[in-house]
Amino acid sequence: MKIREKHTLAMRWFHWLNFPLLLIMIWSGMLIYWGNDTYTITVFGHQFFKFFPEGFNKFFNIPSRLSEGMAYHFLFMWFFAINGVAYVLYTLISGEWRKLVPHRSSFKEAWLVLLHDLHIRKTAPPQGKYNAAQRIAYSAIIVMGLGSLVTGVAIYKPVQLNWVVWLCGGYHFARILHFALTIGYVFFFVIHIVQVILAGWNNFRAVISGFEIVKNETEVLTPETTNDEKA
Amino acid sequence: MMKKPEHFKEKPLVEKQVSGKQLNRRNFIAFGAFAGLSAVGYGGWRALMKAPLEKPGITAGRSVPLRRALNQNELFMRRLFSRNHLVKTYPVNMAAKNVRYNSDVGIAGKFNPADWKLNVKKKNGQTVSFTFDDIKKLPKTDIVFDFKCVEGWDQIQHWGGVKFIDFLEHMGLHDQTDAGYVGMMTPDKQYYVGIDMPSAIHPQTILAYEMNGQPMPVEHGYPLRLIIPVKYGIKNLKRIGEITFSNTRPPDYWAELGYDYYSGL
Repeated sequence: MKIREKHTLAMRWFHWLNFPLLLIMIWSGMLIYWGNDTYTITVFGHQFFKFFPEGFNKFFNIPSRLSEGMAYHFLFMWFFAINGVAYVLYTLISGEWRKLVPHRSSFKEAWLVLLHDLHIRKTAPPQGKYNAAQRIAYSAIIVMGLGSLVTGVAIYKPVQLNWVVWLCGGYHFARILHFALTIGYVFFFVIHIVQVILAGWNNFRAVISGFEIVKNETEVLTPETTNDEKA
Repeated sequence: MMKKPEHFKEKPLVEKQVSGKQLNRRNFIAFGAFAGLSAVGYGGWRALMKAPLEKPGITAGRSVPLRRALNQNELFMRRLFSRNHLVKTYPVNMAAKNVRYNSDVGIAGKFNPADWKLNVKKKNGQTVSFTFDDIKKLPKTDIVFDFKCVEGWDQIQHWGGVKFIDFLEHMGLHDQTDAGYVGMMTPDKQYYVGIDMPSAIHPQTILAYEMNGQPMPVEHGYPLRLIIPVKYGIKNLKRIGEITFSNTRPPDYWAELGYDYYSGL
C-alpha cells in the first residue's frame, strides 16, 4: 500500500489544540457579550436579526455570568495566543507556509474549486497539499486570529495600550470587529465541518494519523509544477 | 501566468510504500494518543469547571485557579501601566447629555447633604475630615473621556472636580501615597472599592463634584464621587464617605462577587 505523508505531528497538534481553545474563547466571549448585548443586523432602519434572540440566551443559561465569562476569557486568551503564535512560527520555520499562502492565481482558482464543490464543474484545478480555496481560507483564519488578538487587547487594556486602540479605529470599532470575527469563526467552522465530511475518511484520518492512503497509485502528485507548466 | 519565485515553491509530499501491518500500527498509535489526549484535555476542563471556590475574603466567588489567573494577569498588566499612559480625552461638545448610570448600591437610602463630610483615615489610624467647601476650594480639573462599563457599554462623559493627587498634596496627605492601595467607601458602607496606588494618583483620576459643568445629580453620586478613567465603571465609587490607605488590598464590592480586583483598562 502506498501512503502520502500529509500533516506533520506539529501541525496536527496546533490544529487539535486550537479547536477546544477557540470553542472556549467563543463560549466565554458570549458570556461577556451578554453583559450588554447590543448588536443587530439593521438595514435601512429595519432590524433583521439581533445577536442573539432571547431563547438562545435562555437555552445556554447565559444571563448574569459576565464575571465568569471574563475570568475564563482572560485565562484562555493566553493559550489561544500562544498556540496561534507557535503555529505561525512553525509554518515559517518549517517552510510549511509555502503550502498555505495563497498565490496570485489562487483567487481565480478558488472560484473553480467552488464550482467543482458545487458539482457545477467536473474538474478542479490542479493543487498541492491544499487547493486554492483552502489556501485562502486557512490563511484568512490566521489573519482573523491575529485580528482577534489585536482587537481583544485593544478592548482589554485601552489605556495601557492606547496605540493598539488607535490601530483598530477606536474602542467602539475594536469591539465590533472583535465580535464580527467571532461570527466569522462560526461560519468558518460550519463550512470546515461540511468540507471535512465531504472529503471523507482518508482526509480526516490524515489530521490524526498524519498520512493519507494513495488510492490511485498511478496518480502523480507534483504540486507546483503542474501549475507552473500550464503557465 | 507568471512563474513563481523559487522560494515560493511547495515541496511535494513524501510518499512511501508500507505494509498493512505498519499502517494499522501507525493508526492505532495515532488514534490512541488522540483519544488519550482528548480525555486528558476534557478531564482538565472538567477539573477547572469543578475547581473549589476561593476562600471568601477580599476577593470571592471565583474558583481558585481562575482567581489566580486574574491576579497573575494583574501583575503582568500593571507593569505596562504608568502615569504617562493618559486616557484619550474629547472635546466638551462630544460629551453625552443624558449620562448613563447603572446602580444605586451605596446611595439608595435617605441622604442629607448637610450631614456629609469626607473622612480620610491615615495609615497611622488618625482620621481627618473635610467638608464639601474644603474640597471645592481646591483647583478644579475637568475631564471629558470615554467612560467604560464592565458590561460592555461606553459613553463619552464630562466630569469636573479635583485631581486626587492634588487633593492629597493640598491637604498635606502626600505622605500617604507610599501605601500600596487606596480604599473608598460610601457613607452607608454598602459599596466600597479598592484601588492600587498608581491608578489612584494617575493624573486623570479625580474626586468629581460636577457633571457637564453643573453640580452632580444625586444618582451620579452627589456630593463627591470617584472618576477614575483608567478603571471600569465598577471602580468609580459614588458618594465617597471614607478614604483609607493600606498596603494590603482594601475590600472591594465587585471583587467579592467574582470580578477581577484590578479591573484596570
